[in-house]
Amino acid sequence: MSFLSYLINGISLGSVYAIIALGYTMVYGIAKMLNFAHGDVIMVGGYAAFTCIMSAGMPPLAAVLVAVVVCTVIGVLIETIAYRPLLEAASSLAVLITAIGVSYFLQNVVLLIFGSNPKSFQSVVTIPDLKLANGTLNISGVTIVTISSCIVIMLALTTFISRTKAGQAMLAVSEDKGAAQLMGINVNKTIALTFAIGSGLAAIAGVLLCSAYPSLSPYTGSMPGIKAFVAAVFGGIGSIPGAFLGGLLLGVIEIFGKAYVSSQLSDAIVFAVLIVVLLVKPTGLLGKKIQEKV
Amino acid sequence: MAMLELKDVEVYYGMIQAIKGISFEVNEGEVIALIGANGAGKTTTLHTITGLLSPKAGSIFFDGQDITKTPAHKIVSLGMAHVPEGRRVFSQMTVYQNLKMGAYTRSDKSEIDAALEMVYKRFPRLEERKNQLAGTLSGGEQQMLAMGRALMSHPKIILMDEPSMGLSPILVNEIFDIIRSVNEAGTTVLLVEQNAKKALDIADRAYVLETGKIVTSGDAKELMNDDAIKKAYLGE
Repeated sequence: MSFLSYLINGISLGSVYAIIALGYTMVYGIAKMLNFAHGDVIMVGGYAAFTCIMSAGMPPLAAVLVAVVVCTVIGVLIETIAYRPLLEAASSLAVLITAIGVSYFLQNVVLLIFGSNPKSFQSVVTIPDLKLANGTLNISGVTIVTISSCIVIMLALTTFISRTKAGQAMLAVSEDKGAAQLMGINVNKTIALTFAIGSGLAAIAGVLLCSAYPSLSPYTGSMPGIKAFVAAVFGGIGSIPGAFLGGLLLGVIEIFGKAYVSSQLSDAIVFAVLIVVLLVKPTGLLGKKIQEKV
Repeated sequence: MAMLELKDVEVYYGMIQAIKGISFEVNEGEVIALIGANGAGKTTTLHTITGLLSPKAGSIFFDGQDITKTPAHKIVSLGMAHVPEGRRVFSQMTVYQNLKMGAYTRSDKSEIDAALEMVYKRFPRLEERKNQLAGTLSGGEQQMLAMGRALMSHPKIILMDEPSMGLSPILVNEIFDIIRSVNEAGTTVLLVEQNAKKALDIADRAYVLETGKIVTSGDAKELMNDDAIKKAYLGE
């Protein structure tokens, strides 16, 4: 039974990575930049929900909604203030460095407001644990909610992109900005929408993460952010199904590594797997072949 | 009054001046050819008209409206469509999705359906392949798709950049026949071509561009018999 329970835990952790990785991969696909501040948006989402529950006494679901709104707004602000002026003019290196700057900025603002002591986060999930196989297999409520959220998000996002005009515009922009403009698509608005969606998802990931691992500090987002970035690259950066697959695999590998090899080495195993995958398939598992323009 | 008018337009790429003050006009219903060698500034001129590049000096008027500073994404709804060089279809999207993108600024569903029907009628091959990814089409089919996509916006004027590039002679003829029939159906055409003979063949008037300047202009048929043009562009 322990194998099954590790697997489920792995999928649950992987679901969180997948939700975060979606933000990385969408922004990369459309703005061709790596938003290294994305992990810290998760942390901001955690603090927003924490404040709503602890200080304002709001019900968990309302707190999640507030966190989503806060992160969406912050995501769009980051894009407009910090990245947009650089996206056209400056080198991609300048944008990358700015993203690292934004990451430290968010961490330090939160540090200033909430202090460095970790807060103990109260889980937003109220549904009871599920006991299967005569109680030998215990699936926690958080796990159930996390995995189902990830599935719902994935389905909703896929439908949004294939069925709506805004979703199709995102696809068009990710492929050819100039041609997309000639169709009448406002590229800046589309990029802002992408940041909004990615950051909103980061808020959900933040709340789920803190519900499973209930310690919240200004640095909470860093490691999951990096892992989710790895997941996005692992699955093929720019590909939405790739982020999903990469996230899930990464979560499972990490938990299995912890359980069967060594809990200290689990991160090393995760990165080793990434290196091997990239050596064999440089575009990631589902990455598109980069086409040379004629 | 001219439908499209450029006045002393100058364009720079960084420090390098690509367009050195050009002026020309396109009247309603005309087919205008802009011919010239590689690097003469033809594509730059089209990109400047549709706002993908912005001019350092000069002005551009379309339908009596100053569009010099209008951003690219607002051009198509004014009635100007641009078929870019190298087709630039969305290769990861289907033919149908590409055509729908062409009607991005339109919202009336029955109008979009009518436009789609018109495009399929003009390019039956696109209808046959409507669920195929655009990246899997042949060069000629991609050119048709790029033209169909532009027609989906129901433009008053269509700007075409090197439609014959990389196509077999038979396909080139087919594409030029289509351009002529699009024009006969009431759409003004501004055509950029390296294939000067073909372009002058269907054009009413033409402008010859050399290193960012217009060096000659006039009636297409007359230019075709001009000795200097013959020598430089028609290979005679």
